[in-house]
Amino acid sequence: MTISAEMDEAASKLTIAVDGRFDFSAHKEFRQSYDSLSSKPSTYSIDMGQANYIDSSALGMLLLLRDHAGGDQASVEIVNCSSDVKKILTISNFDQLFLIQ
Amino acid sequence: MYEPTGTARVLVADDNVVDRKILSAIVEKAGYEVIDAVDGNDAVEKFYALKPDLVLLDALMPGKDGFEVAREIKANSGDAFVPIMFLTSLTGASELARCVEAGGDDFLSKPYNRVILQAKLSALHRMRDMHNTVQAQRDEISKHHLQLLSDQEAAKAVFDKVALSRQLEASNIKHMLSPLALFNGDVLLAAQNPARNLYILLGDFTGHGLAAAIGAMPLADVFYSMTGKGFSLTDIIRECNRKLGAVLPGGYFCCATALFIDFAKGTVEYWNGGLPSAYLRRHSSEDLVQLSSNNLPLGILGADKFVDETQVLEVAPGDRLFMATDGVIEARDSHGEYFGADRLENIIGQADISSVFDAVKREVHRFMAEQDRDDDITMVEVTIVEPADLDEIDPLTVSDDDYGPQDWKFSYELGPKSLKEFNPLPLLQQVMMEAPYLRSKASEIYTVMAELYSNALEHGVLGLDSDQKKSAEGFAQYYAARAAALENVVGFVRFEISGLLVDEQVELRICCTDSGSGFDFETYIRRAQEAQDTGAKYHGRGVRLLNDLCQEVQYLEPGNQVRVLMEWNLKAGEEAS
Repeated sequence: MTISAEMDEAASKLTIAVDGRFDFSAHKEFRQSYDSLSSKPSTYSIDMGQANYIDSSALGMLLLLRDHAGGDQASVEIVNCSSDVKKILTISNFDQLFLIQ
Repeated sequence: MYEPTGTARVLVADDNVVDRKILSAIVEKAGYEVIDAVDGNDAVEKFYALKPDLVLLDALMPGKDGFEVAREIKANSGDAFVPIMFLTSLTGASELARCVEAGGDDFLSKPYNRVILQAKLSALHRMRDMHNTVQAQRDEISKHHLQLLSDQEAAKAVFDKVALSRQLEASNIKHMLSPLALFNGDVLLAAQNPARNLYILLGDFTGHGLAAAIGAMPLADVFYSMTGKGFSLTDIIRECNRKLGAVLPGGYFCCATALFIDFAKGTVEYWNGGLPSAYLRRHSSEDLVQLSSNNLPLGILGADKFVDETQVLEVAPGDRLFMATDGVIEARDSHGEYFGADRLENIIGQADISSVFDAVKREVHRFMAEQDRDDDITMVEVTIVEPADLDEIDPLTVSDDDYGPQDWKFSYELGPKSLKEFNPLPLLQQVMMEAPYLRSKASEIYTVMAELYSNALEHGVLGLDSDQKKSAEGFAQYYAARAAALENVVGFVRFEISGLLVDEQVELRICCTDSGSGFDFETYIRRAQEAQDTGAKYHGRGVRLLNDLCQEVQYLEPGNQVRVLMEWNLKAGEEAS
């Protein structure tokens, strides 16, 4: 598993890409990817294109990111989900909290 | 943690005085403390007595030779690593191999080369240090592991006292829950309300280990205290959500399915937030109904956003409800393939209805083959039975020392806002149960109250037509109409309740009045009687229930008031039991 983050200053958008299994082992890296920024982006995008598995701890991490980004006012999208990943997000009804594509 | 000692002590065993002196001098010069041994026996004795850190052994000595000494030292040093170096004039490969076989860690050929000897000593010394460090770490880890296991055992024992319900042992419930399920975040709770209807909550907390287990306690606490008082499923999940939201740290939540099964009415009410679909396998048809997740898990949304809306399905004796956490569909075979929801659904839909649970268990095990991951599998199946066939799991006990209030009455009226949002039954039940002599009939009293209240509210105040419940589709429509009508409800429901205890004779009178226009109760009662005679199942269950449980049931014109009397003798009850 690797987490990489890219900040688009012009668009004020942070893209966090997850590669491999997205589970508890990603905890620290995932948090660091948005916690240590000098300026807070206005939108967040989680790229799941290379993620082949997510578990409930990962869902928890997504919730923490959402809280960090402003809770109900946050703009967080989850993009490029595989069907397996999408299924897990859907069962948990995370589409009520995130824009899932 | 291991820390290397200052000066290492080296046992030097050689029967040749000159060789020994030379060797000792080199070793001492290299900064070690020397222990001399004049032959094999002396070497073994000094090894036991002085516990050296390194041993240098002449291979050929009178008495015990170097090989024997090495074997004895290695056999008796236990976990400690005492490096042995053979000093030998032997040069053949097979002889040198013998040194290693006997337990030697290195060898050095005579005559000694000072530089090589010192280098080898220091290498062996490093090996010993490294061994000791690894061993100390291993001991530390195993100590922590034991501590963890004993902590988990203690935590589980406490949890079991709070949460483990004998209800799960009822004959119409099958379940599978590993002893360590708690630490996988799985929780299975079951309880009856005062009318012996069943609540089940299957939960799966985020993550593993202690963090996953920590939320189980408050969840069980809320569940058991509210089910015991007869709160509605909606009230219970709302409170579970509030409580978990308040106590769990950010990012932690609980996927859960909660069921409320009313065996007398033949209904199951459910709410699923984040768990894989539960299934209802009907006895009478091929239908397999999915109870799928429509909500976010518990502990995420605040009270203002939380959706506590439940769905109601009609069930009949013989129907089976099956629920599992994601351990089942995420079970993997030796190729890493998932068991999957489709496979689960096929088994539940196609297995013989009496063996659905066992079929799922068998197939999951077969699928996983040697992948022994039973710890993650939590599942439960409930069979719908006739109310009379329910096991009496926790009989309510009466203490007869204290009669409590013996002559009392109260009246309680709910206005529109209360009707819309408040379930008065737990409160009224609690007030009545202050009279200890009513407790042995708690279940019957709750059933009567629930029946009176739902009739007064649904048919009286809301004016819903119970004929609608005749068909399965109508059934669902009825509950939708009920929810819609409640939104704009006007009117009231009033209870007047009085209790009297005289000479062991108990008299409980309940009068229920609603703001509705009443109904043609004479026709209704006649039809209920006919339905009973012909065995038709949708009609008048409520009316019959009241007649069975009460000594008198009286409807007053125009039909918006019902008066019932329940009476019994405390002595008679004792003699009978």
